[in-house]
Amino acid sequence: MRHTISVLVENKFGVLTRVAGLFSGRGYNIDSLNVAPTHDPTASRMTIVTRGDDATVEQIVKQLKKLPDVIKVVDFRDGEYVDRELVLVKVSVDSKARAEVMQITDIFRAKIVDVQAKTLSIEITGDESKVEKFIELMKTFGVLELTRTGRVALPRK
Amino acid sequence: MSKTTETRRKSAPAANGAPKRPPSKTQRAEVGVPMSGCDILVEALEREGVEVIFAYPGGASMEIHQSLTKSKIRTILPRHEQGGSFAAEGYARVTGKAGVCMSTSGPGATNLVTAVADAYMDSCPLIAITGQVTTSMIGRGAFQETDIIGVTLPIVKHSYLVTDVNDIPRIVKEAFYIAQTGRPGPVVIDLPKNIQQAKTQPVWPTLEQIKKSLRGYTQPDLRADELALNEIIGLIEKAERPVLYCGGGIITSDAAEELRKFAEATQIPVATTLMGIGGFPETHPLSLRWLGMHGAAFANWAVNGEYKHRTSPNEPMVKLKDGADLLLSFGVRFDDRVTGKFEEFCKHGTIVHVDIDASELNKNRRVHLPVVGDIKDALMRLNAMLARRPLNKKHTNWLAQIDEWKQKAPFSYGITTEIAHSDHMKQHLQGQESEVILQQMVIEALYELTKGDAYITTGVGQHQMWAGQWYKYSRPRQFVTSGGLGSMGFGYPAALGIKVAHPDKEVIDIDGDGSFLMNIQELATAHVEKIAAKAIILNNQHLGMVVQWEDKFYAGNRGHTYLGNPDDRAQIYPDYVRVCNSFNVKCERVMYKKDLRPAIQRMLDAKEPYVLDVIVPYTEHVLPFIPAGRTVADMIWKA
Repeated sequence: MRHTISVLVENKFGVLTRVAGLFSGRGYNIDSLNVAPTHDPTASRMTIVTRGDDATVEQIVKQLKKLPDVIKVVDFRDGEYVDRELVLVKVSVDSKARAEVMQITDIFRAKIVDVQAKTLSIEITGDESKVEKFIELMKTFGVLELTRTGRVALPRK
Repeated sequence: MSKTTETRRKSAPAANGAPKRPPSKTQRAEVGVPMSGCDILVEALEREGVEVIFAYPGGASMEIHQSLTKSKIRTILPRHEQGGSFAAEGYARVTGKAGVCMSTSGPGATNLVTAVADAYMDSCPLIAITGQVTTSMIGRGAFQETDIIGVTLPIVKHSYLVTDVNDIPRIVKEAFYIAQTGRPGPVVIDLPKNIQQAKTQPVWPTLEQIKKSLRGYTQPDLRADELALNEIIGLIEKAERPVLYCGGGIITSDAAEELRKFAEATQIPVATTLMGIGGFPETHPLSLRWLGMHGAAFANWAVNGEYKHRTSPNEPMVKLKDGADLLLSFGVRFDDRVTGKFEEFCKHGTIVHVDIDASELNKNRRVHLPVVGDIKDALMRLNAMLARRPLNKKHTNWLAQIDEWKQKAPFSYGITTEIAHSDHMKQHLQGQESEVILQQMVIEALYELTKGDAYITTGVGQHQMWAGQWYKYSRPRQFVTSGGLGSMGFGYPAALGIKVAHPDKEVIDIDGDGSFLMNIQELATAHVEKIAAKAIILNNQHLGMVVQWEDKFYAGNRGHTYLGNPDDRAQIYPDYVRVCNSFNVKCERVMYKKDLRPAIQRMLDAKEPYVLDVIVPYTEHVLPFIPAGRTVADMIWKA
């Protein structure tokens, strides 16, 4: 099962390694991991997406809570949170395809951030299904490069 | 330099015996005079009440040793960093205060790793300080450089790489606070050489400030939920066959007295884990001694029920008598050496688990009522509830059943045919076979001659199990053993640490010849530092526990488990009497039963380190024995 775990940590060196180590030490892969400071510069928020059976994820969450540098851990359940991801994708275009790509970009409310003779770089933000669908469509034109932030999430309440 | 030191001494409060300043929220951090990082570190240790540090110097830590020469902290020079760190653990395990060890960078630091892992597994408060190369050299493959923070990451409660001399007072205070509170554990402080040499005016934070800055560390404040405690009382009222299963948490949280009150008020028998030995007096009528792989048969039956012995796990389990219908698991972690096959452990009982570490709940065994909280606090509140509303249940039949089990399968030993026909009889005892000494006899005699009062440490293996079985422990912290990690070589250095903490108490390492040899260099520490810790080597010339498994599972084929000299098996090798004498430590070899008690008495009478090399057969097996991953139905308990 897929879990989205939000971890509020001290903004100190080494914290990321401690957190990541709890996953790797149990043979768990992290699907995505995003980390950046919060409005409080002494704290950072990590959003981790991982797959695993509930018992093991429960164990990882408890281990995370044990780390002195970890301030708060939330294992989000469906519907309890809003999540977004930002993707930058460079698509190969010729003069014919360009218009079509721009049209799709418009429909998805994505943004073209760079235009070159044979490529378009596009920024898209959204939840997973929207972003995935957009990438699928872009693949028909030829995706040259792609980078994504991984999921960031906030609890609704 | 000397001037700053003088000033420092004046400004430092007496580390020991001085009344603690009352915590106050308005209290401001105290600012000291300018001093170097290494002097700040040593003063920080003094302020934490450190009396002794086990430290082996090297290039990256010698600055700190220079500071230590001017401190009232006793610095003990071990002969190997591992010995020093095990000694610090021994000190910590009997005092409950953090033990402190220190090494240089690189190999010095990696030599501390086993003790750090050991302290992590057994929840022992340990501060391991490592020198580190100068910050500008970190990551360049400098001489004696190891990323010890990275190496120890999965085996520490917390760790610090100090990058600013101004952080030392805060980091040391945090380290002690984290190591000693909640579920205790090891904290590593890695201190680069240039930080040791840098000068600053130290700012000494108060405990309140430290607690505030550690906002993610909430373990010390965890208290059991009131509803859950009421539910526990309700479960006890309903239970017919309750058992208490208690571990090291009882000792760590200083809850032995509360446990005794609770057990007496509820008349529930108590089985401890190996780590919980001493948490409940083993001479008490409600004591089931300890349970698990080599624990008492009656303890294992009380928890799991009595089953017809089966010789293969493919046979069905045939229950003869019911075990616990309620298992109160207090301060334990359902270790596999206790449970055997997890799903079969106390299969038919309701399991309650109280522990301060939430991550232990439902980890190895799903339980019916998991409760997070300090066990001492929980027991005090349970006792208060029982005082208000006493139970009128007596479980008479259940206690009678337990007595029957105790009669049926006490710990026992005898001369088996394997022993009668062993090489030991042929090669060492020719003509005096009736004088053979068995391992259990030695510990039994030691128990009697010390009146059950000594601190006992062990190495790891058969002797460790026998030391648990044949000595009866009446108080917490009396039995000091490497339980979780199972570190051979732990016994003698740990005994040194205990003797330093309690110089007036008898401290005896019951060891094996394999384990003793692993840190034999610490005999030098014992002699030079005048630490009168004793050792009894149960010398069977083999790696006994592995031999036992070879006999049981590998048709007795020896896979490098013989520790003597294969070219001359009749001679005991190495000659511990000569080895010890070269360290100026007294040692006797004991081969015959008639010599055993007088030799033990001479050892006890000695006021200096003393070693008895007792020669015993390697064919003796530790019983009871539940093979790894099996169940109580597979328990072998009759020789």
